[in-house]
Amino acid sequence: MKQVNRLPEGGRIDRARPLTFSFNGRTCRGYAGDTLASALLANGIRMVGRSFKYHRPRGIMGIGVEEPNAIVQTGAGADTIPGLRATEVELYDGLAAATTRGWPCVNFDLLAVNDFCARLLGAGFYYKTFMAPRFLWRWYEHYLRRASGLGTSPQMPDPDSYEHVNAHCDVLVAGGGPAGLMAALAAAKCGARVIIADEQGEFGGSLLYDTARLNGNPAAEWLRKVLQELARCPEVTLLSRSTVFGYYDHNFLTILERYGDNPGAQDAGGVRQREWRVRAGRVILAQGSHERPLVFPNNDRPGVMLASAVSGYIHRYAVCPGRRGVIFTNNDGAYRTALDLVSAGASVAAIIDCRVEGAGAIAEPLRRSGVEIYQGCVIADVTGRKSVRSVEVVPLSADAGTPAGTAINLDCDLVAMSGGWNPAVHLHSQAGGGNLWDEARNCFVPGATRQEHVSVGACNGSFSLDACLQEGNQAGLDAARACGFEASPFSTPGINQDLTGDARPLQPLWRVPLPRSPHRYPKQFVDYQNDTTVADLHQAVSEGFRNVEHVKRYTALGFGTDQGKLGNINGMALLAECLGKPIADVGTTTFRPPYTAVTFGACAGADVGTLYEPVRKTALHDWHEAAGAEFEVVGQWLRPWYYPGPGEDMRSAVNRECLAARGSLAIMDASTLGKIEVQGPDAPAFLERIYTHNVAGMKPGRCAYGVMLGEDGMVMDDGVMARLGEQHFYLTTTTGGAARVLGWLEQWLQTEWPDLQVYLTSVTERWSTIVLAGPDSRKLLQGMDGDVDFSQAGFPFMAVRSGSLAGFTVRVFRVSFSGELAFEINVESDFAPSLWQTLTEAGERYGITPYGTETMHVLRAEKGFVIVGQDTDGSVSPLDLGMHWLLSKDKDFLGKRSLARPDCQRPDRKQLVGLLIEDGREVSPRPSFRRKPESSHNKHLTEILPEGAQLVEQPGGVPPIPKLGHVSSSYYSACLGRPIALALVSNGRARKGDVIHAALRDGRYIRVRIVSPVFYDPKAERQHAS
Amino acid sequence: MLLIKCPWCGPRDESEFSYGGEADIVRPAEPDALTDEEWADYLFMRSNTRGLHREQWVHEHGCRRWFVLERDTVTYQFTENAT
Ligand SMILES: [Zn+2]
Repeated sequence: MKQVNRLPEGGRIDRARPLTFSFNGRTCRGYAGDTLASALLANGIRMVGRSFKYHRPRGIMGIGVEEPNAIVQTGAGADTIPGLRATEVELYDGLAAATTRGWPCVNFDLLAVNDFCARLLGAGFYYKTFMAPRFLWRWYEHYLRRASGLGTSPQMPDPDSYEHVNAHCDVLVAGGGPAGLMAALAAAKCGARVIIADEQGEFGGSLLYDTARLNGNPAAEWLRKVLQELARCPEVTLLSRSTVFGYYDHNFLTILERYGDNPGAQDAGGVRQREWRVRAGRVILAQGSHERPLVFPNNDRPGVMLASAVSGYIHRYAVCPGRRGVIFTNNDGAYRTALDLVSAGASVAAIIDCRVEGAGAIAEPLRRSGVEIYQGCVIADVTGRKSVRSVEVVPLSADAGTPAGTAINLDCDLVAMSGGWNPAVHLHSQAGGGNLWDEARNCFVPGATRQEHVSVGACNGSFSLDACLQEGNQAGLDAARACGFEASPFSTPGINQDLTGDARPLQPLWRVPLPRSPHRYPKQFVDYQNDTTVADLHQAVSEGFRNVEHVKRYTALGFGTDQGKLGNINGMALLAECLGKPIADVGTTTFRPPYTAVTFGACAGADVGTLYEPVRKTALHDWHEAAGAEFEVVGQWLRPWYYPGPGEDMRSAVNRECLAARGSLAIMDASTLGKIEVQGPDAPAFLERIYTHNVAGMKPGRCAYGVMLGEDGMVMDDGVMARLGEQHFYLTTTTGGAARVLGWLEQWLQTEWPDLQVYLTSVTERWSTIVLAGPDSRKLLQGMDGDVDFSQAGFPFMAVRSGSLAGFTVRVFRVSFSGELAFEINVESDFAPSLWQTLTEAGERYGITPYGTETMHVLRAEKGFVIVGQDTDGSVSPLDLGMHWLLSKDKDFLGKRSLARPDCQRPDRKQLVGLLIEDGREVSPRPSFRRKPESSHNKHLTEILPEGAQLVEQPGGVPPIPKLGHVSSSYYSACLGRPIALALVSNGRARKGDVIHAALRDGRYIRVRIVSPVFYDPKAERQHAS
Repeated sequence: MLLIKCPWCGPRDESEFSYGGEADIVRPAEPDALTDEEWADYLFMRSNTRGLHREQWVHEHGCRRWFVLERDTVTYQFTENAT
């Protein structure tokens, strides 16, 4: 296509670098320095999308971050990016962009029918129309999702790299327009460390298209010099294409830095986007302002644009978006757009100014050149569905309350509108600052701040270039001074701008007044992206909504990806009008981060794939891997899960491992257990308060099973604790609970009992733990060199011994989590692989079998030993687990008093029991994802209850059905030849022998009998074996 | 993200700390002597202050020390040199 709207000269584009791109399949041309939007306008493409609800044709309206309509998807495959604003996409060669709305295509949109049955789609249409009948919702939803999308997400992994960077600075400046640059320069000259970030590819903001002269030179010249000067300061970081999107507590701000839009755009280190996390001493907000649209019938027709955008396209991109423009304004500023159109060779059909007195000096040259100026008039309608063709102009009555007099029609292809300016108070508000309604300037301006920041320039409501520079300068000096630098004032450049004197004040015009209800006229859009109209706001108020936050949610005002940057303030003013309240009383909705969209890639940074979470491996990991172990992740640790032999599936491997432990000898790596050394004169007194059992009665060399409770009496962790000396203890915790338990002990020591002399050391990684379990374990150890007496008399159950074993220095605990004769050997981790090797070689004659966590679980469940966090969930007390024997009556301990609370004494509390399936037929496939499916033969013998299954009295019934409890652990027991389960059942201990039912997700019920949780060796003879 | 002044390590990011709730709640010396209501008050009831609030923090991913700070629950500003 030809660039029909490209001006022959001017602009900041590089005409020596022509680019080819495609839009909705059409090949177009532009130049380096264009945005997709400026290039589309240059190519004369008017319609760029369809609106959200009514699927009305829409055109480019703005020039930057405020654009509501031109939402596109670029690229293909893994590189595709949805939801981009064409006004922000930097043009590159080969860019393929497509409209993301409009189905099946943007020029023939089936859903445009919504525009004609709009009564069905008023405010709250999601809530009302589709609530009933419910069965229709699925049908509606299908089409709504399809109709309302902002593009499609890429289906392939993101090929790009992202990173997070932490930074500190004295002064962070958000926004690189005149105010921000001046502030950065002032602070930098004082020696402050400055970060200045600007969302665009080029610094300068309004200076990139301002016609004013600074110190007698073009604005661009001053801009070039300032950037040079800043680049020379070693303490200044200039971040372009970088949006400060979040302002959090204590001057912590986040910046999204991008490296261009073309695929492969990245820095030297291969990073495509970077999230800066900055802690700043002082923050200077210089984000500028957004022009307000005017609200009038059909104010969304393609060709209706913001006046400042029209000027910007002319000066920055050398694109004149129309041939014959109409200006519609309530202030002097848009007259400059008329001048710009004239200078670009376009004609100005008229200026429609709602003010009876019109504009000041700036109107004179236009009047002289014959431009018609309609004062005290408004646009009452726009014709042209896919492109503006004409406007209808009517005079307002003397009180400006209604149109009065005869309408005239003016042909035009462009409407440049201005309703005034909204300071971008977003970051100020995110930081907790308040906003004040300023009557004179007719906008919200930043009020009191809660953090160390200041707003300058247009985002402070100071719109003149001179004020921007002055405020920026002052803020830069103040910030540097506040950070401890000596500030030497210097002057701002002098400004020459024609026709600025004698400006007349803006006259509020929140909507064009209409004689009758807004429903009766063509739609008057307030929020373009969400198709929120004046009529919707009126409807919301008439249905009783009063609060601005509620109206927002009911009408979707400000909910789009533009977050209401254009429409919100108009919407709030209209709400105030409906409610008969001052705008200040209605207030704004809450401004939340992010200011603009942040990619998932940037949020994740480098924390993806293998870097997502740290992986902890035991000292024996290589051996397990070589032995072909399958691993599972337990609290970041990789633990051997089971060791499949040739041709074995998980069930057969686990069965074999279980039978070896019960029948002869098995070996396990238990190094991941948390290990804490407790020393000091008050260690016994301290542990007495932590554990429920009698610690004082333990002699050195003895171990005990210990449970810790929270102060609420619920089980927090368990493990073995050993008394190594009078003042020296050694505790083990669950694998996942190690850090939590250490923190818990520290908290009590430091905050409640600082008088106790106790020292805690985490030794989890220092020691590796090798478990030998099985009736042959003692024989193996006795057959090895060493000085530890492994005989029953020399080394009784629940004892600990230190000494040498096969040349290694070891600490051995005779404890058992399997219920078998077992020894847990601790050895310094560096020696663990060779000790393990030695033990497995020596154990060959006993058929020593390595086993993993799954077998460990089965063995402990056969014995009714609980796993904290699996059979408990923070609401289970030791009484519920039947551990009365473990609770000392002779002392206080954490949580003891809570066990006497009436709720802990309720007889119907859920208690630990065992469950056996009554008959083997009605059983479910095990749904757990981490287990391989069972082979199909002898199903009825091997299938087990799903963990988490709810237990009920009887099958069926009418909801709500009382639940008795749930299955907490469930396995196939090879040595018992049947499935077993542990469960928490209301009043379960008193119900042994009863039959209840497990409810499965597929609707079936399994008959189960309540039994003791100890399925195997109930007298515990095996672990005591002599 | 708050900037928290650890008395031992200086100002550090909130992500290094864990919150320990309201400060100055003393564990009763003789829990068994308390009524259920009194025990529940110690165990569950917190002041939920709007305004200045003395609270415990621990520099969990740093020096692991517990300490008390005073913070305004409205503005999130810590009081300097509160004891
Ligand atoms: Zn610290």
